[in-house]
Amino acid sequence: MGIIELQNVSYADGDQTIIHHVDLSVTAGDFLTISGPSGCGKSTLLKLIASLISPTSGTISFNGKNQNDYDYPTYRQQVSYCFQQPTLFDTSVLDNLSLPFQIRGVPFDENKISALLQLVDLPLTFLDKKIIDLSGGEKQRVALIRNLVFPPQVLLLDEVTVGLDTRSKTIVQALIKNVQHQATTLIQVTHDETEIAAAAHLIEMRQGALQK
Amino acid sequence: MSQLLVNNVTLVFAFALVLVAMLISYREKLGLNKDILLSIFRAIVQLTLIGYVLKYIFKINNTFLTILMCLFIIFNAAWNAYKRNPNSNRNYWETFAALFISTTITLGIIMLTGSLKFIPSQVIPITGMIASNSMVAVGLCYRNLHSQFRDQRQQILEKLALGAPIKLAAITILRESIKTAMQPTIDSAKTMGLVSLPGMMSGLIFAGVDPVSAIRYQILVTFMLLSTTSLGAIIAGYLAYRRYFNDRQQLLDQN
Ligand SMILES: Nc1ncnc2c1ncn2[C@@H]1O[C@H](COP(=O)(O)OP(=O)(O)OP(=O)(O)O)[C@@H](O)[C@H]1O
Ligand SMILES: [Mg+2]
Repeated sequence: MGIIELQNVSYADGDQTIIHHVDLSVTAGDFLTISGPSGCGKSTLLKLIASLISPTSGTISFNGKNQNDYDYPTYRQQVSYCFQQPTLFDTSVLDNLSLPFQIRGVPFDENKISALLQLVDLPLTFLDKKIIDLSGGEKQRVALIRNLVFPPQVLLLDEVTVGLDTRSKTIVQALIKNVQHQATTLIQVTHDETEIAAAAHLIEMRQGALQK
Repeated sequence: MSQLLVNNVTLVFAFALVLVAMLISYREKLGLNKDILLSIFRAIVQLTLIGYVLKYIFKINNTFLTILMCLFIIFNAAWNAYKRNPNSNRNYWETFAALFISTTITLGIIMLTGSLKFIPSQVIPITGMIASNSMVAVGLCYRNLHSQFRDQRQQILEKLALGAPIKLAAITILRESIKTAMQPTIDSAKTMGLVSLPGMMSGLIFAGVDPVSAIRYQILVTFMLLSTTSLGAIIAGYLAYRRYFNDRQQLLDQN
């Protein structure tokens, strides 16, 4: 049995059905890649798995237990979603990187953050930067490490390398590799040709359904 | 106190002042004439009624009736604040709780200090004054909360996705809204005496009270308004933000 299991999951918004009867089993430690045309429902699928929205019908389970039987914040800490075009919140980079500590009620650990920043090629002085002063690629990298301060069991990546220059992209891809080696289960959505070519386990999505 | 007399003839002449407002509205195409007339009409009817009701209540000086009248004021203030909440998923009793608690706590403290006696001619006007200020603050809090939930939607989603409980996800905008709601009271306290001689004090001076005594009342009123607006906004805000989420701690769609 997989770490994440979707059984006959559908999602409708009003009378528009966005996800149609999806069955999916993701094995622990797997690195699953999902691709498909724009608007086919990839982001919606990840948000369902992250419990940011709930299926209209069908069930999603995590470690054999129904999503709804978990405490929702605890669940989202373990099944962590990184948005397509993420935005940073509040004022500074520090605000963003200290939230994971606040959420868990533990004191801010500067060494840990320093190491993470280093992984995405950013200096520790970045903590004091105002978020409006960051470039797009820098924002994307800061957003991604927010999800990794406390490594989740499952990481959901929604086109996190889109719009990055070659250098930022290489850095982020290396980080993702690194995360995979730490036994985190990964589900990524991508349009990127090289990422699709390198995918160990690829699923195509069409109009709200997964292709077999 | 004959100099305080306003008779009906005076009022008819003073109606010219309303005509000034209507003329401006007409010339500037503000489209407010119907609203102005309606508001004037309501003010006249409501005040006339309340004048007679108060006269009666003051005369019979009954505790139960006094409390009833205060509850009536709070009920109405809550209804008005409730209607200012743009969230379709709102709840009247939460607004009532905010108004009721903020007003009664403030009244209670003032009565404990002995500066206010439980007689209708003191309790009722003061209840009206603090409830109406709390009402404005609560309404401001609601509007600000709503616009922030709209503008900062993505930020809240990001925080939820990182595993924040709804309170932590909303705390920045909740604080901001409460602050916005209290700001007018704080600002007006700052300019008090320099810009305006506020209602309570003006009234006392009008009625011939020594200005130095009148300011003491005004200081008391300022304390009361600060207490009641902050209590009202905090209670209203903490109850209202939860209604932007469902019981699965997901952010609801705005319509
Ligand atoms: N909150 C929403 N309300 C209504 N419709 C929505 C909502 N979110 C997404 N949709 C619709 O659902 C469909 C799938 O959207 P989704 O964002 O999942 O697509 P996607 O596959 O991630 O596309 P892209 O590759 O462009 O990111 C689209 O038709 C979109 O318009
Ligand atoms: Mg998408």
